[in-house]
Amino acid sequence: MKALQVSRSVPRLGMARIASAISPVTATKLGPLEYTSVDEPELLGPDWHRVRTRLAGICGSDLSLVEGHASLYFEDWVSFPFVPGHEVVGELDDGTRVILEPVLGHEARGFAPPFDGAAPGDGDDYAHLATGDLEPGIQTGFCCSTGGGWAPEFVAHQSQLHHISDDMSDERAVLVEPFAGGIHAALLAAPTVAGRHDTSTPAIVAVLGAGTMGLAAIAGLRRYVPDVRIIVGARYPHQRRFAEEFGADVVVAPDELPRAVRRAAGCHMVGDHLSSGAHVTIDAVGTSATVADCLRITRPRGRVVLLGMPADVTLDLTGLWHRETELKGAYTYGTEHLPDGRTARTFDLAIETATELRAERLLSATYPLSDHVDAIAHAATAGRRGATKIAFDLRKEDS
Amino acid sequence: MPRPGFVLDVDKSTPPTLFWHGEGFRLEKLPADRSRVIYAPEPHDAIDDIDGAIRTSLLNPIDMDPPPALLFPGMKLTIAFDDVSLPLPKMRRPDLRQRIIEQVLTMAADAGVDDVHIIAALALHRRMHEFELRHALGDRVYDAFEPRGLLYQHDAEDPDELAFLGTTDQGEEIEINKRAAESDLLVYVNINLVAMDGGWKSTAVGLASYRSLRHHHNPTTMEASHSFMDQHASELHKSTWRMGKVMRDHGPKVFQIETTLNTDTFPQPFEFLSKREWEWNAKDRALYLGAAKSLAKTPPRLARKIFHGIEAPHQMTSIQCGEVEAVHKVTTQNVYDQQLVEVEGQTDILTMGIPYICPYNVHSIMNPILVMCTGLGYFFNLYRGKPLVREGGVVILTHPTTNEFHPVHHPSYIDFFEEVLADTKDPHVMSQKWEQQYAEDDWYRHLYRTTNAYHGVHPFYMWYWGSHGMKHVGKVIIVGGDAATVRKLGFTPASTMNDALEIASDTVGRSPTITHIKTPPLLIADVK
Repeated sequence: MKALQVSRSVPRLGMARIASAISPVTATKLGPLEYTSVDEPELLGPDWHRVRTRLAGICGSDLSLVEGHASLYFEDWVSFPFVPGHEVVGELDDGTRVILEPVLGHEARGFAPPFDGAAPGDGDDYAHLATGDLEPGIQTGFCCSTGGGWAPEFVAHQSQLHHISDDMSDERAVLVEPFAGGIHAALLAAPTVAGRHDTSTPAIVAVLGAGTMGLAAIAGLRRYVPDVRIIVGARYPHQRRFAEEFGADVVVAPDELPRAVRRAAGCHMVGDHLSSGAHVTIDAVGTSATVADCLRITRPRGRVVLLGMPADVTLDLTGLWHRETELKGAYTYGTEHLPDGRTARTFDLAIETATELRAERLLSATYPLSDHVDAIAHAATAGRRGATKIAFDLRKEDS
Repeated sequence: MPRPGFVLDVDKSTPPTLFWHGEGFRLEKLPADRSRVIYAPEPHDAIDDIDGAIRTSLLNPIDMDPPPALLFPGMKLTIAFDDVSLPLPKMRRPDLRQRIIEQVLTMAADAGVDDVHIIAALALHRRMHEFELRHALGDRVYDAFEPRGLLYQHDAEDPDELAFLGTTDQGEEIEINKRAAESDLLVYVNINLVAMDGGWKSTAVGLASYRSLRHHHNPTTMEASHSFMDQHASELHKSTWRMGKVMRDHGPKVFQIETTLNTDTFPQPFEFLSKREWEWNAKDRALYLGAAKSLAKTPPRLARKIFHGIEAPHQMTSIQCGEVEAVHKVTTQNVYDQQLVEVEGQTDILTMGIPYICPYNVHSIMNPILVMCTGLGYFFNLYRGKPLVREGGVVILTHPTTNEFHPVHHPSYIDFFEEVLADTKDPHVMSQKWEQQYAEDDWYRHLYRTTNAYHGVHPFYMWYWGSHGMKHVGKVIIVGGDAATVRKLGFTPASTMNDALEIASDTVGRSPTITHIKTPPLLIADVK
């Protein structure tokens, strides 16, 4: 079958990295991604299913991989060559439609789960991601054993599959995975919000970036973290509009975010840092500049949640040291403990949220796999082109 | 003999009219046979012997004893003076404040007075920079007083240095600078650039706190001031005069010194700015072309520096001292004598070229809030009788109106623009919903007290200043402004004057009358 595949090629990664500064089109053409013929992956056991991709989204982490910006950290946690694509809605052999929860967890890899009812992303030992029955790979889309969503078909363990009802469109379903990521980040704000000393006024949560993940985090905050004032830095008009619709109290341009947080906190600005600031800041971009911005606007002993994959960053951490700021990663999803005492799977919350907010509004354009260069260029420049989520549409592809 | 002001009826042979456009100019051809241009009177002759006139006036005050009779050893003497917002542009050295204060200090020294404080009466304005204080007061006064802590700037947020004097019969509180309030004599040194300045506004406003100022710096009072240039029709002034009565009964003895300036506003090579276009000679045309073309290529920051470096040749035409109200009556008449222009009837469209400067951006940036205030607060109010534009008419401003703010001088303006104007343009709503938060913001308070920032509430006052104009007109259009910024102000952007007139036709019809108020130089339209 024809699929998009990433191979290990240091020269191609290097060229893509250089070319990405000029043009995402050039980076894609020169980089490690190829539209090529690949073998259909074998089913890996009785609990595995063949999934025919219907829609597969293009995520920020996919872009950093294609453009050669991914961290060397992943060297030992992925296996080449692999087919990317982890935001997937697909169809099983029996015709039922499923959303993929892409983490290749304990069960998929032949290990006992860390606790009964654990989600694939749960646990505090990641050895299983690099060992066991499969080749290394943190998720479907980074593992050569399973294939990925940027192909007409791939294989998935039943622990990864969420059946969806007929009334959920593919366009909505393909947004569930990124929504789960955003909601997980939002829920990481909850302990800091609940633990604040002064509860007479709402806690301030700032969100920097309003692409798909930032918007999902805003939605998650508004729905699952009570008593918060959400202040968002969003670059483009359509992002601002969605941010407001998804529950932000204040939406400003990114360079206005420090002033907006200052106003809400009623604090001083000392140099380029706020004297107090947001209780929690969620960085939905993940660059050196945005992480530094988050540290500047988060109050002492507050929390910065890194939702956007940061890769290599250069930071002056003196402020973090002085202000005892907590830096918290927000990778995926799993089992969530909600502020109201409930326990829920992040994906269930994401399906609920995507339905409530009609998440399909965020799907701006789809492309066939063969137009991957244009698709990736569109995704890489989505914000300034007025778009949010770009996806591959394989519903008409021949395998 | 200087010529009086003039109203030109535009016909087909009238040359294009020069409009101010921030740190630049535009030439606009106004429609013939239904447009007119109001020109300021030519500058009155300045007094030749200024120092002599000051001395004569000090020794012959109105309705009050002269300083030698008021000064005595052991007394507390406070001299307060108008801040950097006056005059505009700054005058050539020596500034009148320096000349006057030096003579008052000499008289104080002769009388054996050794407890003298000099205070910049800046209310909620920004603190003056050292170079600005030196310019206003001269190096001798600055070096003698500032290092010893005897020359300083009023701090409206220092509770230990404010004194409560009482309330008016309408419940308005008067709280002013404590040192001034407790002095045996308060000498106020004023430069009266427009009829709005001076009188009780000098002390009851310049030395006051937010607690006092909020009683008249609010939308209700501002909307009912018709206009600020006519004390008897201005609620702002009526409130201030009521406060003056409390000052007279419970405050310090005030010796008011007021001066007026002529309208000799621009030095070489900018004299063409004061001339009527049909009287431009070849040199004026060459200077205009040279200035316009070079400014168009000059980076905004440099152009700003060039303009704010202008020192105006305007000079003193009168000085009067003594009892506040008696003095101010004479001063106001002198201002009117210089600036009044008789204008017959109102207009459908009033056009204004907004220049690079207003009282609140000296050595700073004319930000969008100040563009609004200069147009609808100041220029709109340059009338006596009736507004130049009819009710429901259109005001057209020309100004670049970029989204640019001076971060040190105007920090709360930035937030006001981003936060308050995004919520409401209604002065009444914002005064209820937002004003207190900004007025009491601890960071703004800190910046006002320790840096050169305007008080947190100041952008509200600027917006209120234009509230009468906003309520009166049907539409405001800005030509040549940044479209997004203009829209954020609640106004309509237009690329050219013709576009603006086309847009205005929706409000005032296809053949409206148009009046251009060509200022500066300053003028007051006496609308019949």
